[in-house]
This record gives sequence, C-alpha cells and structure tokens, in this order.
Amino acid sequence: MSNFYLDNPALKHHLHHPLMRRIAELKERNYTDAENYDYAPVDFEDALDSYEKVMEVAGDVIGEVVAPNAEEVDHVGPSVVNNRVVYAPGTAENLKATTQAGLMGLSMPRRYEGLNLPMVAFIMASDMAARADAGFCNLWALQDCAETIYEFGDEAQKQKYIPRVCAGATMSMDLTEPDAGSDLQAVMLRATYDEANDCWRLNGVKRFITNGDSDIHLVLARSEEGTKDGRGLSMFIYDKNDGGVNVRRIENKMGIKGSPTCELTYKNVKAELCGSRKLGLIKYVMSLMNGARLGIMAQATGLSEAAYREAIAYAKDRKQFGKAIIEFPAVYEMIANIKAKLDGSRAILYETARFVDVYKILEDIEKERKLDENEKAELKKYKKLADAFTPLGKAMNTEYANQNTYDTIQIHGGSGFMKDYPCERYYRDARITNIYEGTTQLQVVAAIRHVLTGTYLSHWKEVYQQEKLDAKLHGLQNRVAHLVEIYEKLVPFVAETRNQPLIDFQARRLVEAAGNITLSYLLLSDANRDYEQFGSSAEVYVTLAEVEIAKIQKYITEFNPDNLKFYRQTEEQTEG
Amino acid sequence: MGFKIIVLAKQVPDTRNVGKDAMKEDGTVNRAALPAIFNPEDLNALEQALRLKDRYDGSTVTVLTMGPPRAEEIVREGLFRGADGGYLLTDRAFAGADTLATSYALSTAIKKIGDFDIIISGRQAIDGDTAQVGPQVAEKLGIPQITYAEEILSVENGKIKIKRRLERGVEVVESKLPMLVTVNGSAADCRPRNAKLLLRHKKGVAATEWSAADVNADPQQCGLSGSPTKVKAIESVVFQAKESKTLDSSDQAIEELIVELITNHTIG
Repeated sequence: MSNFYLDNPALKHHLHHPLMRRIAELKERNYTDAENYDYAPVDFEDALDSYEKVMEVAGDVIGEVVAPNAEEVDHVGPSVVNNRVVYAPGTAENLKATTQAGLMGLSMPRRYEGLNLPMVAFIMASDMAARADAGFCNLWALQDCAETIYEFGDEAQKQKYIPRVCAGATMSMDLTEPDAGSDLQAVMLRATYDEANDCWRLNGVKRFITNGDSDIHLVLARSEEGTKDGRGLSMFIYDKNDGGVNVRRIENKMGIKGSPTCELTYKNVKAELCGSRKLGLIKYVMSLMNGARLGIMAQATGLSEAAYREAIAYAKDRKQFGKAIIEFPAVYEMIANIKAKLDGSRAILYETARFVDVYKILEDIEKERKLDENEKAELKKYKKLADAFTPLGKAMNTEYANQNTYDTIQIHGGSGFMKDYPCERYYRDARITNIYEGTTQLQVVAAIRHVLTGTYLSHWKEVYQQEKLDAKLHGLQNRVAHLVEIYEKLVPFVAETRNQPLIDFQARRLVEAAGNITLSYLLLSDANRDYEQFGSSAEVYVTLAEVEIAKIQKYITEFNPDNLKFYRQTEEQTEG
Repeated sequence: MGFKIIVLAKQVPDTRNVGKDAMKEDGTVNRAALPAIFNPEDLNALEQALRLKDRYDGSTVTVLTMGPPRAEEIVREGLFRGADGGYLLTDRAFAGADTLATSYALSTAIKKIGDFDIIISGRQAIDGDTAQVGPQVAEKLGIPQITYAEEILSVENGKIKIKRRLERGVEVVESKLPMLVTVNGSAADCRPRNAKLLLRHKKGVAATEWSAADVNADPQQCGLSGSPTKVKAIESVVFQAKESKTLDSSDQAIEELIVELITNHTIG
C-alpha cells in the first residue's frame, strides 16, 4: 500500500506555496466556473483541497499500479506487430488505470472535459510518475500536447480532440527526422494541399518519435514547397482513426524501455492544419518544447527521488565491518548530496512551473478579455522568468538525475551493477533526460542569454534577496550573497571580451553558476518555510554551490583565451 | 438495455493491519483503533457492477450499506468510482445485528428501493468472515443466488451468465433475473477513484439515510433483538513460533524432517 503523494511531504510543501493562491484565482477566473460545473472549486481553500485530492488519486494509482509494473515493463518492453505498437502488458494496465482515475487532460478547461488543474499539479503528477516508471511518465505526460491544440487550434479542433484526450486518447509530437534532430529547421516531411478532398496530405519519415503509434499526433511538416528553413514548416494534427501512418520499427534503447520510440512512415496521410501556416516551428514547436522541457525537468526530479529512496534504504540495510554502511562518512556524504540535489531540483521545478502557470493562464485570459496594465506587466514578468528558468532547470535537474542515479549505484556496490536492484534502471532511464527535448548544451545556449542580460541576477536581487528569512538562515543567506558577488564579476569578465567563441566556451560554466545560486536561494526559501524538512539540504547544497563556483571562478578568471586552440580539433587533427 | 444494480457494501475495521490495541480488555473489537475501510470483497463486487454499467448503457449502480453515520463514506467511495447513488441504513435499532438481523434489515431496504435486476455483494466481510449475509438476503427476497463469482460474463435476454471460482476449478452458471450474486476476492480489483468524480462528490451528502421506520422494518427482527447469535468472547490469537529449528539442505536432513512430521501427524 503506497501512495506516492502521501509518502512524500515535499510535494505537499510545493503544492502549498504562497503563489498558488494567485495561480488558483487566475486559473479559476475568480471561481466563476463553480456556477456551471459541480466539480469546480468555490474558493481558494476548496481549489487547493481539490488539487490535493487529485494528487492523492494520482499518488495512489502511481504507487499501487505503475510502480509495481515498472520492472516487468523495463524487461518486456513494447513490440511492433503488423506496423502497430503493442505495449508491454504492464504499460497497457498503467494506461487503463490512469485513464479510469481521470488523470488524462488534467490541465484542460472543463468545457473540454478537463479538470482545469494548474501546470504545477500536472508537473507534480509527472514527478510522481517518473519516480515509479520514467518511461511511463513519457506516455502519460504527452497529454500535454493537448495544450498546443488548445492554444493554437481552432474551435472545431479543440472540441474534436481535447475531450478525447481527457477520455484517455494518447498523444505524440512527431518532430524529429533522420536528418533533423536538434536542428528542426531541416525537417523534410512534406505537406501538400489536396484540393480534391479539401485536406492536407503528409508524406515522409519521422524518427525517434516517443509513443509514435499514439491516437492523436502533432506533426511538424514542410508545407511551403521550395523552402529550406524553419519558416516553411507548419503544424498538423493526424488522427490515427484516419490511418496512413505506419510504425516501421521501434528503437532498442538503453533506458525508458517502456516508452516506444518509433520510426514512422507517412503515406499520403490525411491531416489537419493546426494554427497558421509557416508558424509550425517558430511559434508552436517552441511553445510545445518549453512545455516538454518542463516535463523532462519533472521526470529527472522523479528519478532523483527514486534514486534517493533506494540509496538510503540500501545504506541503512547493508552492513559491512559490523555496521550499516550509512554510518560511514563516505556513504552518508553521497546520500546527503543526493538529497540536496534532489531538493534543489524540486525547488526549481515547481518555481518554474509556477512561473509558467501565471503567464500561460494570463495569456489564456487575454483571449477572453483585455488585461489591465498590472496584469500585462505580470504576464510579461512571468513569461520572461519562465523562459529563463526552463532551460536552467532542465540543465540542472537532468544532470543531477544522472549524478544521483550514478551515486545510488555506487552506494549499492557490486549489487548495484546487477539487475536485482532498481537503481540500474534509474541510471539507464536518467541518461536520456539531459539529451532529449534539447541537450544540456542547447539549454546552455538558451540560458546564457539570461546570464548575459541579467535576468537571473535581477531576480535574485529583487525577489530572493528581499525574502525575510529566519535568523538561523542568515549565515547561509550571507554565504549565497557572496556567491552572487563572485557571479556579478564573472559575467562581465567573460562578456566584455566580446570574443564569441570564448563566450560560448565559458557559457556552460556561467549557466551552472547561475543554477547553483538559484537553487541555493530556492532551498533557503524552502528551509524558511519548513526547516525540519529542508534545513539540511540547504546547508549541504550551499556548500556544494560554493565549491562549484570556486572552481568555475578559477577556470574562468585564469583561462588564457589563446589556449582555446588546444581544445579546438581542427580538420587536420581529426583527419588522421 | 440497462440494468438496475444494487451493491451491498460494508464499512469494516481494517483487520489486515491489526495492532496491539485492536482488542479491548473485555474481549470486544476496539473499532476506534482500527481504520475503517471499504470491505475488500465488496470492492470486487462494486467493480463487477461498474463493468456492467460500462457495458450496458442506461444501467445504474446503487450502493446500499448499513452502519453508523460515518458509514456514509462507503457510499461516497462508491460515487468516487462511478456509482450513481446510495443509501445508508442507520439507526440505533440496527445496532448489534448478527447476519440474520443484518440480512433482514438490508432486505427491507431493498424492498423499499423496489425496482432492481441484480444485487451484487462481496462474498464476505473481513470482520466476521461469515459469508452469510448475501445468501440470506437472496432468501429473504425469494430470488436466485450465485455465490463465489469471479466474473459476470454477460447479461442477455433476461439471463445472467457468471463464472464461479470453486476450490478445484471454475464453473459457468446461468440464472434468470432478478438475482443476487456474491463476488470472490479473486475477481478483478476495483478501479481507482476517478479524479473528476471525487471532486464532484467530495462535499455534501453522499447517501440517503434511512432509519428502521423508513424501511418499515419490524424492530423485533432488527439489531440485537433480532439476532439469535450471541458473541461470547472474541480472542486475539497471535501465532508465534515458540521454538525454531534450522535444517541444512542435505537429503538426510530433509528425510528426517519428513519422518518427524509424519510421526507427529502434521502430514500424512
């Protein structure tokens, strides 16, 4: 009997963050939905109670059904029969249970049969799902593609597709092709208008498509003949009921084995245009990807949670030299670091989700009525913060998930290398998180802009440094303030060289420093609200941050730009 | 076509997680110390009912329970999973009922509900383990009963077809409607709570409350006065190994053990 919400007090802590009052009020339009829907909340307390109740339902299904199935799903995996994906039996059971529990279309408005939950709640369910089975987390969380239809589709499409997703239809986003991975501008899948049948037709191949045999696909395709870049791409909706897309094969992967990764062939496939032509990549995919990145942050956090729990359980149980190995500093240090990185990951995950909530809901409200000046400013502020925090959090949390699952195996010793313990699965599953939906290297490209323009710095100064903390946290607060001083010198030190290759070279280090400081502040805030739960992690994390930033400082300030030549492999060097 | 289904469900102390304070000194069950739960096999029964509802459009599922006011939560749990409504029989007059008095009370409530096609209950409750209430209700209503059901296979042309789980196999039997079926724990688990239904029913009144007078029950046949069974004492029996023995895995050790077990009549 385990409930992944009730057994994890950190989730409740984040669900009760002060900003939730504003989020719920916006999401519920001042609780006016209650007039029309008997399951809509009447005030903030009612809304928060509803969020908790749904998290309990999710925690129950994930703890009781998804988690016990995870090992078998990992071993059996999906297969392809007659060009169709057949899920592992456990995966099929998970999908059925989550659908019966009404956990599809969580964030969709009630008029399309959704539960109208904020992004924070959706992300929390993903966080729990990933702790149980990271591969299943993908299948389930792809319901978020409905957000794209809601934001950009026409009314007929919303009415046609969103209620189906709420009733359990699965989704996929068909973006990647053999020659278009990180560089989606190179997408070639052809969309042509079929005058005779008054519809679009898709022809081509997609590759690495997660859950590629889903019921409803979002497809990025080239609608403008003769174009070569992103401006020639549009977004389409393919309904599996219309047929025409076949699964050629599924990949044999290192991890997330329950999640089928498909190669798809499109033969004269009927599709609907979603939104406007030519905005497929430059607007819709960008929006879709930001949502997906937040989802991967949650997945990474859930994996860190799973790793932490395995690490501590094993270390308490395993006895060597006459005592439990958790008694040894070499082991308890690793566990404390895992916990600190886990708590830090969760802090930035929910902080980002809250930013996304505020601005996305305001954007949605803007479609219904004009926003006043305050609301416009609020939207702008939170959109910018969401843009800044998403790549930063994605980079930090997914790298931490790798480190944490790695350390958990180390704590298990030889046993960790065997299939007998789930930590090897977590390790394999974590490995994709810092690759897909944009590698860490690409997150750095997105985040460095906010380092150079000062988004993070001003947010620390204007918000985090203004927070009134309990006296026992003042020492830590001062130490973090000192890190900010170092950071403030490092950024111009790099930027003012105006040496672009050098800036690109040092970008990752600057972004990591920004991540270390951000997580430190967020953990201070968490510890301020609940010292018992987060005090140790705040202490441990700030120490880690100091060490990392000292290293970064030394690297950046002592690096001779001329030495870039030693790093750069010229064609001459690589030829041999 | 749809069917009118009544699910009999009971709120029981969770005897699967019995702590030290599960029994009072006077030998009765300390209900305050045990969490109250939906009787597990009644959840299996509810699932069978909900499957019929999914399969046959227009079917309705009504939960009927008897107990103290807090047993309303059983009806609420039913609503969270897809039941349409429910009744709570609650009255001091019902207190202390044995299976005879319980089945009498339930049958009066069912008569009051009136129109029904199928009554589904769990095989037995984990607090009494009698497996008598379901069959007795069928007797009192004068309808056929099928016990130990594992799956309701179909309801077609006024006939219900049911797979029963017996000790040494399964059998498929048929009955005409209306009828009563009791469901085994080996049947499909109950579906999880549904988030939307939970939000819809989390507040407010879940069940229509009925007293003995509401269902025209004869007070003499209810509660303690209607119960010929008297509980003398309840004992908490804790199994514990007083002495243990370690065996090695050699053929000789196993043979000696077998001989010992045969000699002391444990086996053979």
